[in-house]
Amino acid sequence: MTDTIKSLSTHDKVLAGLGKRRRSERNFRVFGLMATAVGIIFLAVFFTTLVANGSSAFMQTFVVLEFEFSEDALAPSGQLDLEYADFDGLVRNAIRREFPEVTSRRDRRELSKIVSVGAAYHLRDLLRKDHSLLGSHIQLAVPTSSNVDMLMKDNISRTVDAAQRTLSDKQIAWVDELVASGKIHSKFNTALFTNGDSREPELAGIRGALVGSIYMLIVTIAISFPIGAAAAIYLEEFAPKNRWADLIEVNINNLAAVPSIVFGLLALAVFINWMGLPRSAPLVGGLALSLLTLPVIIIASRAAIKSVPPSIRDAALALGASRMQVVFHHVIPLALPGMLTGAIIGMSRALGESAPLLMIGMVAFIVDVPGSFTDPSTALPVQVYLWADSPERAFAERTSAAIIVLLVFLLLMNLSAVIMRKRIERKW
Amino acid sequence: MSNRMSTENELQPVPGETPEAGERGSELRAAADASRVLDKMFEETGETVGNPKCANPHFITENVNVYYGDNHAIKDVSLEIGKNEVVALIGPSGCGKSTFLRCLNRMNDSVESARVSGTFLLDGQDIYSKHLDPVLLRARVGMVFQKPNPFPKTIYDNVAYGPRIHGLAADSSELDDIVHTSLERAGLLKEVRDRLDDPGTSLSGGQQQRLCIARTIAVDPEVILMDEPCSALDPIATARIEDLIDELSQNYVIVIVTHSMQQAARVSQRVAYFHLGSLVEVDHTNKVFTNPTHKLTENYITGRFG
Repeated sequence: MTDTIKSLSTHDKVLAGLGKRRRSERNFRVFGLMATAVGIIFLAVFFTTLVANGSSAFMQTFVVLEFEFSEDALAPSGQLDLEYADFDGLVRNAIRREFPEVTSRRDRRELSKIVSVGAAYHLRDLLRKDHSLLGSHIQLAVPTSSNVDMLMKDNISRTVDAAQRTLSDKQIAWVDELVASGKIHSKFNTALFTNGDSREPELAGIRGALVGSIYMLIVTIAISFPIGAAAAIYLEEFAPKNRWADLIEVNINNLAAVPSIVFGLLALAVFINWMGLPRSAPLVGGLALSLLTLPVIIIASRAAIKSVPPSIRDAALALGASRMQVVFHHVIPLALPGMLTGAIIGMSRALGESAPLLMIGMVAFIVDVPGSFTDPSTALPVQVYLWADSPERAFAERTSAAIIVLLVFLLLMNLSAVIMRKRIERKW
Repeated sequence: MSNRMSTENELQPVPGETPEAGERGSELRAAADASRVLDKMFEETGETVGNPKCANPHFITENVNVYYGDNHAIKDVSLEIGKNEVVALIGPSGCGKSTFLRCLNRMNDSVESARVSGTFLLDGQDIYSKHLDPVLLRARVGMVFQKPNPFPKTIYDNVAYGPRIHGLAADSSELDDIVHTSLERAGLLKEVRDRLDDPGTSLSGGQQQRLCIARTIAVDPEVILMDEPCSALDPIATARIEDLIDELSQNYVIVIVTHSMQQAARVSQRVAYFHLGSLVEVDHTNKVFTNPTHKLTENYITGRFG
C-alpha cells in the first residue's frame, strides 16, 4: 500500500483525481444553472398569466346613448331635486329609444341591464355641475354592465347554454346590434384608478386601496425607521455587550419570525381596544405594520453598522472624536445605504401584508377613498383578497389588475430606494 | 508563546528525513530548550534590564498591567518616554507592545474585556483620572494605525476633521492654513495640492498613510503613537515615512511599534523590547542593537526567533 503510493509522483496522483474533480465541478454548475432556470421559468409563468388575466381590466366597454334630461322625468313637480330625481329612468329611456321594438316588461328590464347602474350616477354628477343641461339632449358614452363588458372581452362564451350564462340570447342580440351600429366601443378604464371599491365590477376601482396603502406606509416608515435605526445604533454602538444584549438580540431575531397575524392581534388589543384608536384606519394599520417591520429594520441596520470597518471608528476616536461624533460623522453615513435597504425590505413586506390588516378591520367593504389617516380604508393586498373572493366574472380580471398595480407600486418604491441609495453612496 | 509553539512544531520527527536534517532538528531543539530556560529565568526575576527611566520624561508609566478577560497581556511594565524622543517598541507578535501603545491614549477603553491598571502620567497628569475626558487626552496624544485608514471623505476633509470637531480654527481661512501646513509637514502637499477635493481613499497606500499622519498632526498633539505604520507599505513609501518621523521628532514625542529591527534602529533614540507581556530591556538604540544586556533581547535581534 505504502509502496504503491510512494511509487506514484504527485503529478500522477493529482492527475488520477483530476477527472473526478472536474466532473463534480461541472455537475455543480449544471445544478446551479437548472436552479436558476427553474426560478426564471416560474417568474415568467407568473408574470405572463398575471398580465394575460389582468391587462383586459385596463380597458372598459362603453355604449354611446342619447340622453334627454327631460323635465318630466327629473322635476315632475317643477322643482329639480337631485337627490330624488329619477336618473335611472333617464338611462332606461335612453336605451329603450335605441330599441323601440322591445315592448314587453320583461324584455325591457333585460334591456336596461345592458347599461351599468353607474350611468345614472354619472348623469346626476353632470347635472349637478351644470344645471343648464336640464331639458337638453346629449350624446354620452357610459359604461356597459360588467356582463356586456365580459362578452365583449370574450370572457362569456356565446356557445354555452343560455341558462349557464349571465346574459340571455336576447341581450346578446341587442349588444350585437349596438356593435353593428358602432355605438359600442372600448376605452381606457379610468374608473379603475379614480373609484373606490364597488359591488359593480365596472365601477370598482383601486383608488381607495391605493391611497389607504400609501397612508399606511407613511405611518409605517415614519414610526419604524427612526425607532429601528435608533435601536440598532444604540445596540451596536453604545449598549454594553453582556448577557442582556444577547437576550435582546435573540428576541429581536425571534420577533422577525413571528407570524404577521399575531402582530394584527396585538394591534387589535393594544391600539384599538386599549388605546381606542379607530377601527379600519390606516393609522392603526400603519402601527401594526410598524411592529412587523421594526425587527427587520433593526436587524438590517445592525448588520449595516457592523459592516463599517472598525478602522474608521479607531481613526475618529484617536483624533479625539466623542462616541456620538464617531457615530454621527462616520458610522451612520457609511451604514445609511444598508440601513435604507433594510427599511425598503421592511416596507416591501409591509406593503404586501394582509393578515394583520384583517385583524384590525381593514377588510371591510369601503367605497369612499380615505382622506386622512383615521378614515376607514382598505389596502391593496386586502383589496386583492376581497376581489378574488367576489363571484362576479369581471372581478377576476380586476384582481389581476390590482396585483399588477401592487407590483408596480412595489417596483417604484424599490427603484426610488435604489436611486436614493446611489445618491447617498456617491457623496462618500 | 506562539513562537515557542512554532519552534516545537518544526521539531516533529518527520519519517524518512536525511541524517543532516536530524542534526538540524536537534540543533533547533537545543535552541528551543535554551529559549525555554530563558523564559523561565525571566519569569523568575521579572526585572526590566537597561534603563526604563530617562532624564527629561514627558510620559511616565509605572507598574502597568493589562488584562483581556483572564489573559494577562501586560505584566508590570514601567517605562518613561522623554521629550522630543522617538521610542521604538519591538518584540515578537503577541508580546503586548500594541496593547501597551493603545493604553497611552486609552484606545483600550472601547475594548470591553480590557482592564488596565498602573500609573500613566502625561506631563504630570494622570490620564486615567476620572476627571480627564478621553476626548481631551486623544487631542493631546494622536495615533497612526497599522493600515492606512483615511475617512471616506475628501483629502481636505480628512485633515480638517480633527480641527473641526475640536474647534481649533476660527474661520475657514484659518482651517485652510491648518490643512495646508499639516499636509506640508506630512510631506504630502506637493502631491495633492491640486486635488484636495478628491477622496482620501483614491491615494496610494503610502500617500494614505502620510494623509493619516497629516490628519493626526493637524490637531497638534504632544505625543504621536504609531502602531506599525509601515507594515502595509512598500520600501520606498516606508523610507518616506521614516524620514517624516525623523522630522516630526523635532516637535513631537513619538512612540512607534515596529516589527522591523532596521526601522527601529533607523528612527528611534531608545528601544524597548517586549516579551510575553513583559518589558525585558530598555536602552539607547545603539546599545540594544550592538550590545544587548538580556539574553532574550539578543536572541530576538539576532533573529533566533520572532
